[in-house]
Amino acid sequence: MNREKLIEKTFFLIACSALFLLALITVFIFKEGIGIFLKIGFAKFIFSPDWAPSQKQFGLFSMIMGSVWITIGALIIGVPLSLSVSIFLAEFCPKKIARILKPAIELLAGIPSVVYGFIGVVILAPLIREYLGGPGLSVLAGSMVLAIMILPTVISISLDALHAVPKSYLEGSLALGATRWQSVYMVIIPAARSGIIASVILGMGRAVGETMAVIMVSGNAVRIPHSILEPVRTLTSNIALELGYATGMHREALFGTGMVLFVIIMILNTAAYVFTKRKVRK
Amino acid sequence: MSINQNIIEKIVKIFLWIFTIITIFILFYIVGFILKNGIGGLSKEFFMEFPKSMGREGGIFPIIIGTILLTLAAVFIAGPLGIGTAVYLTEYTRENRITQMIRFGADCLAGIPSIVFGLFGFVLFVIKLKMGWSIISGGLTLSIMILPTIIRTSEEAIKAVPKPLREVSYSLGGTKWQTIVFIVIPQALPGILTGIILSIGRCVGETAAVIFTAGSSLRLPNSLFDSVRTMSVHFYILSREGISLKNAYATASVLIISIGMINFLSYWIMHRFIRRIEGK
Repeated sequence: MNREKLIEKTFFLIACSALFLLALITVFIFKEGIGIFLKIGFAKFIFSPDWAPSQKQFGLFSMIMGSVWITIGALIIGVPLSLSVSIFLAEFCPKKIARILKPAIELLAGIPSVVYGFIGVVILAPLIREYLGGPGLSVLAGSMVLAIMILPTVISISLDALHAVPKSYLEGSLALGATRWQSVYMVIIPAARSGIIASVILGMGRAVGETMAVIMVSGNAVRIPHSILEPVRTLTSNIALELGYATGMHREALFGTGMVLFVIIMILNTAAYVFTKRKVRK
Repeated sequence: MSINQNIIEKIVKIFLWIFTIITIFILFYIVGFILKNGIGGLSKEFFMEFPKSMGREGGIFPIIIGTILLTLAAVFIAGPLGIGTAVYLTEYTRENRITQMIRFGADCLAGIPSIVFGLFGFVLFVIKLKMGWSIISGGLTLSIMILPTIIRTSEEAIKAVPKPLREVSYSLGGTKWQTIVFIVIPQALPGILTGIILSIGRCVGETAAVIFTAGSSLRLPNSLFDSVRTMSVHFYILSREGISLKNAYATASVLIISIGMINFLSYWIMHRFIRRIEGK
């Protein structure tokens, strides 16, 4: 039937919208950002630590290191916490309690990032300044706030992975006389490994991409940090702080920053995708 | 089983409990802290009045309206696209290269940091297409951001509709299109709504993508081409520029309460939906 064919074609076009928009954003960011790489040189743009737009100095290295420090910090704090929670919820927690805890944790995901940033500024930063020294707004404050922000992502995805392990694995292990923890540690976690890795990678993506909270709590100084108590600026903050007034080459440099960010995120997404795929095949 | 193992088991359990309690404590602490400091600032005037002297005094009436309009714009653009995509993926194709690519595309979109959407929307919509800081620029930008969520949840919801319902429709002579419009979508509606409500929550909470595309005007908009300020942006500006902590807390309370209600609503609808589908 002709009409039905037409409807199918229309749906197909709509379905391509996500791909089309992804392509549009990619092409647009790259088209606007490639100029700075050509003008300054790839190596200099990436590896020079000097960023002074007024003097036409554009080097991203401090910001790249800032993102790396803050993200690693967030993972060190956030991953053990979230994996413990998801293992607890999947294997040790009474069903009734799990039913209340899961939505509560999902609620954590709904809190706007500006609110996290604000909490970091009014509660964490003063504590750090008081007890550990430094200006308070620092790598540590940023990492702690991000660690909380990635909790829901890592928990919900790793929880799905743990739930996907067939019940018979656990039963088999328990029947062989292993304790519950032994079974979880030696049977269930290895079986859910790729899903758990995917959850960590996606959490990492969230940490790298987070903007407002990081701007508020990490101090934004353009320099390579030497301790976790120093302020840093991340790639995302760099864009958000200067986008409002940047023109010409400066704006190109911000698009260049966006390009670097984009490439990092795409690598992480693809990696997570590969790991989740593997889980399905298993 | 040795005694040793029993001790390890106990220790592990205690640690897992502690970590979980810490997580839950953080959640309640954040919400509690904001509400404790902000709820006192809420009054009828705060909701109904215009802000005075940059938000130092007065209420947030135009900001609430701005938030609602911007969110509606985003949902009206992304809703049809997302639901249409989900229908195509579930009703018109089997798993193949193309569906895999579409899903991968949606996943990639979901991973893009909001500031990159802001950067894109600012230069394309606001500057190049000359739409300025406006509801339309912000709505378009946000719609791209929420599209993956709507696709994913609608797809799950449509997949959950039992096969026999479709078969009955076909056996009565219904076309594919009729089956989709009169059977599949109405049956999947609660699930689809859940996704849309979740996306509303994301729009309300978003700052980085909004501040550069919808701007931060404190006036009531007259058209789609006027700038608006959302609650998140207002909260950010109030707290960051130290304009008024009291109003910042109050705005954050409104923000958290509305997002809490939005999430609760979507959770509730989803639960009823699951129970209905499984009850069959």
